Amino acid sequence: MNRKANIRQVLLNAPYTLWAAIFVVVPLLFVAYYAFTDSGGNFTLENLSNLSRYANVFKKSLLYSVIATIITLFIAYPFAYFMSKRSANVQRVQMMLVMLPMWMNLLIRTYSWTLILERNGIINNFLELFGIEPLKLIGTPGAVILGMIYNYLPYMILPIYTVLSKIDVSILEAAEDLGCNSFNKFRRVVLPLSISGVVSGIVMVFVPSVSTFYISQKLGSESEWLIGDNIEYLIKSTTDGMNVAAALSLVLMIIILASMAIMNRFADSSDGGMIV
Amino acid sequence: MKTFGKLFTFLVYLFLYAPLLVMIIFSFNEAASTSVFTGFSLHWYGELLNKRQIGEALQNTLILASLSSITATLIGTLAALGIYHMKKKAVVKAYMTVTNIPMMNPDIITGVSLMLLFVFVGKTLGMQDSLGFGTLLIAHITFNIPYVILNVLPKLRQTDPHLLEAALDLGCTPVKAFIKVVLPAISSGIVSGLIMAFTLSLDDFVISYYTTGSDFQTLPTLIYSITKKPVKPYIYALFSIIFFVILLMLVLMNVMQAKSDRKNARKNS
Repeated sequence: MNRKANIRQVLLNAPYTLWAAIFVVVPLLFVAYYAFTDSGGNFTLENLSNLSRYANVFKKSLLYSVIATIITLFIAYPFAYFMSKRSANVQRVQMMLVMLPMWMNLLIRTYSWTLILERNGIINNFLELFGIEPLKLIGTPGAVILGMIYNYLPYMILPIYTVLSKIDVSILEAAEDLGCNSFNKFRRVVLPLSISGVVSGIVMVFVPSVSTFYISQKLGSESEWLIGDNIEYLIKSTTDGMNVAAALSLVLMIIILASMAIMNRFADSSDGGMIV
Repeated sequence: MKTFGKLFTFLVYLFLYAPLLVMIIFSFNEAASTSVFTGFSLHWYGELLNKRQIGEALQNTLILASLSSITATLIGTLAALGIYHMKKKAVVKAYMTVTNIPMMNPDIITGVSLMLLFVFVGKTLGMQDSLGFGTLLIAHITFNIPYVILNVLPKLRQTDPHLLEAALDLGCTPVKAFIKVVLPAISSGIVSGLIMAFTLSLDDFVISYYTTGSDFQTLPTLIYSITKKPVKPYIYALFSIIFFVILLMLVLMNVMQAKSDRKNARKNS
């Protein structure tokens, strides 16, 4: 019987174990392999040491995505808070309205902004009515950050809304009974209870923002090229850029792992604080 | 506070929907201009029907999404069963970590890493171009499996293990006990995993972009190459149709959800 159970266990696990090993773990090793070799396959540190050329690109990617994440948080939190206060039916409809743009493809969501921001787009046409010179809206850092906020706002709203809507009303009543005013109730009860949603929202906005390439390509100019754009360019438009692209990917991965580790620690310590 | 909340909510929705509405309005524009609305027309929808490559790409996307989601559901469900029966905590943790990788990694890393593997294997085998439908299918199955596992595993953990034992005691063979007891208990997880995998596969652009060749285009990769150049409004007609299809699906899902909620409420009362 025991032996049978073992065989069953192996049969259940074998397909996924093989699949994950070959198509999840090995590809990541290949990123490292390509990052540490030249186009002939010989070991080299040149790809990584040459990355200093991309220092500005990394700075810009981090700056834009951090700004976008912070603004998204400040839009999403109050939005989710107000939403969690509405009646069940209204919440259901509101949820649907948040998810609809999220289900549109990223390319469509991003592209739709060009109609508004273009030189002869809606905003500039409107300004022209008042005789105002057209503004340069597209091809600016602001447009790229706007694109990030627009694309990933629902990913911040949903996790925050989920934790907020689960907060037990009786806890809030208890806080009131114990003499909390509404500001303290928010600071001492609602906010600590919603940190886990905030943390997953931040991760869900920051990770795709820092690694994007379509948003910066469509809404930015060449001087707003981010890490993703450089990886894309090296792979798709050059014949010998694979190794440098791998080195860029490796560093991008390390940045994201590091930021996730920081966020997780933040989430853990806030949970610990709650018990005390 | 209440009026402020309503105003704020309205402004956020305005922000979320303004670009999409502008796009829909101009898809009905008579002229090719996207800045002046000259008159209502379905001209661009008609032109859309003449674009054979869009029909082809849509077909490709649907085939890919079906094949990848079904395969991922099979592998993922088996994996969830395997992980559920694992005895050692450390092994479970290792499996869950690997399962999380494709979900946590940004799409560009998943795409590039798979592409590097495919290109390397292709080169070793002496192939001219290894990227195409096969590699795209592998990539989609890879990023779909974790979502199936994470939908099925909680359902398994919710089922009463004594039920299976009871079925075995009452003379069921293990296979029969699985079909009669375990499968019905986890079927909702399997279905939601399948649906999630299907929609993720439909929607994916980044991973597809790196793992497909020039001979196999999905709708998102085709949209990417079309929007690289200045576009004609027929593309807004396509986007608008996609918008309304998603809207219809969401409304249907909500109606169904509301119905089952009401049913449950009645049961409980």
